[in-house]
Amino acid sequence: MSRYSLFSLLRHSLDYHRGWQRAWRNPQPKRAYDVVIVGGGGHGLATAYYLASECGVANVAVVEKGWLGGGNTGRNTTIVRSNYLWDESARLYDHAVKLWEGLSRELNYNVMFSQRGLLHLAHNVHDMQEIARRGCAIGLNGIDSEFLAPAQVAKMVPFINLHGRYPVLGALLQRRGGTARHDAVAWGYARAADKLGVDIIQNCEVTGFGMERGAVTGVHTERGFIAAGKVGCVVAGHCGVLAQMAGFRLPLESVPLQALVSEPLKPALDCVVMSGSVHAYISQSDKGELVIGAGSDAYNSYSQRGGFDTIEHALGAVVELYPVFSRLKMLRQWGGVVDVTVDRSPLLTKTPVGGLFFNCGWGTGGFKATPGSGHVFAHSIARGEMHPIAAPFSLERFHSGALVDEGAAAAVAH
Amino acid sequence: MLLIKCPWCGARDQSEFSCHGEAHIARPENPAALDDAQWGDYVFFRSNPKGLHRERWMHAHGCRRWFNAARDTRSDRILATYKPFESPPKIKDQKSPAEKS
Repeated sequence: MSRYSLFSLLRHSLDYHRGWQRAWRNPQPKRAYDVVIVGGGGHGLATAYYLASECGVANVAVVEKGWLGGGNTGRNTTIVRSNYLWDESARLYDHAVKLWEGLSRELNYNVMFSQRGLLHLAHNVHDMQEIARRGCAIGLNGIDSEFLAPAQVAKMVPFINLHGRYPVLGALLQRRGGTARHDAVAWGYARAADKLGVDIIQNCEVTGFGMERGAVTGVHTERGFIAAGKVGCVVAGHCGVLAQMAGFRLPLESVPLQALVSEPLKPALDCVVMSGSVHAYISQSDKGELVIGAGSDAYNSYSQRGGFDTIEHALGAVVELYPVFSRLKMLRQWGGVVDVTVDRSPLLTKTPVGGLFFNCGWGTGGFKATPGSGHVFAHSIARGEMHPIAAPFSLERFHSGALVDEGAAAAVAH
Repeated sequence: MLLIKCPWCGARDQSEFSCHGEAHIARPENPAALDDAQWGDYVFFRSNPKGLHRERWMHAHGCRRWFNAARDTRSDRILATYKPFESPPKIKDQKSPAEKS
């Protein structure tokens, strides 16, 4: 497979760009693999890539029921940050940010990672206390953050309404935070993994697990049984369904999370602004659309759509904070299914079934962790023991009580 | 969904209600007798089904009374609502046509 570069771009332009190769193969599944990854989203493809590139396990298949990156990888608001309160989360999410910083070069694929800065607004006394506590705590973990006064916020976002219904009293700024192109992350990992020999099998739903003496032997799929030494499930939304197939329950529930984009406009907002206490997250994509995230809906659902009142609530806050956006038309609105754990931290874990690993429960904010999640999960599968960064996120914590409670710490309202 | 039939006051807009998770989870009779794993199961683990789900709702911006609903989590269609002390109506968990294969 040819490398992407300025020279390849020039060479192919002579041929009117008709000579580009496919970015990855479309292979028939083999009968057996060392490792089968269930789920071809960002996290699953990253896991496969790091298995092949760092762990010496290239006999890997990624089995995906739809198309690559067609789940929550293609449905999120593309925000990347690592300003989480607890030490365990800080290590995991900042590991991801460090990998994001070199990702385009490593994958030879432009994932358009843009560290444009991420503002977390404080609207009341509690918010101010929360950002003060969190800013200091994450500083101890080596994660950058700055406290901004309202005038400094207004300098970054000139049209913000500082004195409305949701007054802006201050903000926490993470300059290393930003956005990335979500589809490119899936495509970049897929192309790089494929190049290392990973088979990516799309349109192939997993219907069950083969098990023998308490250990997994492979996966049953729409296209027959695929044997595997180890299986890693990297699935958002439906991990509870997969766990049920394997005969156990997970401490999470699946709820809708909605987002929407506006009509495109000229560059207006050059940072990400989060407003956790009023559930409004906003940034501007490179295409010019405003990308807006809402809070999650309050009931279980696999319907991939949420209630209109949730959207109305998010847009009410957006219009109050940014009155100039009130005349914009919204182009698209969608919902994804997210798996929310009780402590709002993910599950990276071994399971009661031998050789079966789960990486799920990322709730409303998994995209930012994609490289770090895949990296530590690949090492965990290869070694058969959880990577030290992943270890605190095991199923065990729901029995021992050692929760990583980002729900109460609330970098955002979930 | 949009309209929910509160068994106390009739059909009202969904935004008047709040959802409070899986219903019919009984608190263990003798919590002290449970080990950590059993207690963790009771507190944190839910069935989270794709299909028929019985759950607790409250008419938060209405009569403020609790009730249970049986809902299909694939379509969000509410199949029945009933008062807390009533026994759950029998509903067959039908597979959607797409999932029959």
